[in-house]
Amino acid sequence: MITNLIILLLVGSLVGAASGYLGSFMVVKRMSLVGDALSHVALPGMAIAMMLSVSPMLGAFTALTIAIVGIWYLAEHSEIYPEALVGVFFTASLAIGLLITPEPELFEALFGNIETITISDGIAILVASVLIFVLTRIISKRLLLGIVSEDLAKAGSVNTSKINLIYLFLVGLVVALGVKFVGTLLTGALVIIPAVTAKNIAKSIKWFQIYSIIFGVLSVVMGILISRLISIPSGPSIVLVSIFFFLGSYFVKIAK
Amino acid sequence: MATDILTVSNLSIDFDGHEVIDDLNLDVVRDSTVAVIGPNGSGKTVFFKALLGLIDYAGQVNWHKEAKIGYVPQKLSVSKDLPLTVMEFLELKEKDHHKITEVLRLVGFKNKAEHIHHDVRVLKTRLGSLSGGELQRIMMAYALLGDPNVLLLDEPTAGVDISGEETFYELFAKLKKDKDLTIIFISHDLEVVNKYADKIIKLTHDH
Repeated sequence: MITNLIILLLVGSLVGAASGYLGSFMVVKRMSLVGDALSHVALPGMAIAMMLSVSPMLGAFTALTIAIVGIWYLAEHSEIYPEALVGVFFTASLAIGLLITPEPELFEALFGNIETITISDGIAILVASVLIFVLTRIISKRLLLGIVSEDLAKAGSVNTSKINLIYLFLVGLVVALGVKFVGTLLTGALVIIPAVTAKNIAKSIKWFQIYSIIFGVLSVVMGILISRLISIPSGPSIVLVSIFFFLGSYFVKIAK
Repeated sequence: MATDILTVSNLSIDFDGHEVIDDLNLDVVRDSTVAVIGPNGSGKTVFFKALLGLIDYAGQVNWHKEAKIGYVPQKLSVSKDLPLTVMEFLELKEKDHHKITEVLRLVGFKNKAEHIHHDVRVLKTRLGSLSGGELQRIMMAYALLGDPNVLLLDEPTAGVDISGEETFYELFAKLKKDKDLTIIFISHDLEVVNKYADKIIKLTHDH
């Protein structure tokens, strides 16, 4: 277990930064709800991992990868975005997850528990965060062009289908990283809320991404500190801090 | 001897269950200008999408191996919400700011040439906040940034005011004079079509 608060905050910052960065694309791709619903899929994966005594994070990531290939396939093969279907599928997996997760671990799986983060979790988070930043940076121009116009991207010989799959895979990875900090119910929030907050105040894509990363880091760091200070679970604490920032940015936006 | 930059043979396109294009054959000579005309719904845009390989079709579309295509889509709708500035959009294709400034002048930001450097209003504006005409010019600039030798223009002057429209076609004429450039454009304006096109393709409903 990582007991050193400073190291815990550093690992948490990595998760916050990676979530914020990826979230900035999710929000402008108009996939916010998918990002949120996606996190629920992590629960059955974690439950099965616990039964098999392997890392819950690995279980969450496996379940998320399966779900992501499903979303990607549907998005590629239908004209309209299958939002309703996605909603049904994810709620179903949450229900199944609730049934099969062992009772003592359920609360922890749903809302996160930073007391259980191990050194190897920390190392996995470090490696995965670096991977997320590097890969996202590599595909970011093509991803953005696809957001402006799918036709323009394809005409510029961008394989939008492949880029979208890589992107969704990274989202699955970041959601899996977040489960120990904020739990499966709230990890989608960590991807979406800092990005929406940043969008309220950013004037360019560059600052949108920078603000999004900053709000992601601040939410996790302040959330962990508050949860320690007044002994509440870390998940709700982190999410409420991020919502506090969101409200602030909203007032800045309407005041302009 | 003039070479063909594009050869289309037996092209048929099914779109939403009905045949939009039926057995179309076409050769486009390098450095020529081709206009595509026809009523709404006759498949002009769909035809372009097939040329670009964006949709499925039957038959052959063969571009010359040296073809470098710049595409200006028809009225793009960009969300006002997207915090992407004009500069950032153009940077998706070109890092060199001098080249960006150069094409912006070409597409008619000419009168404000100094402003591109000093008063960077256009460059800092969100892509989604531009007027229809401005967006069309920016899309034109985007297409030109890749230094193409083929331009596919889907109603390039839709939403552009009349003086801007002239600038556009003058620009095409000027570009063609300076370099090898094949232009294929969709237009409703017969005056423009007759003035600039070497060849006219008319798409119809009746098949």
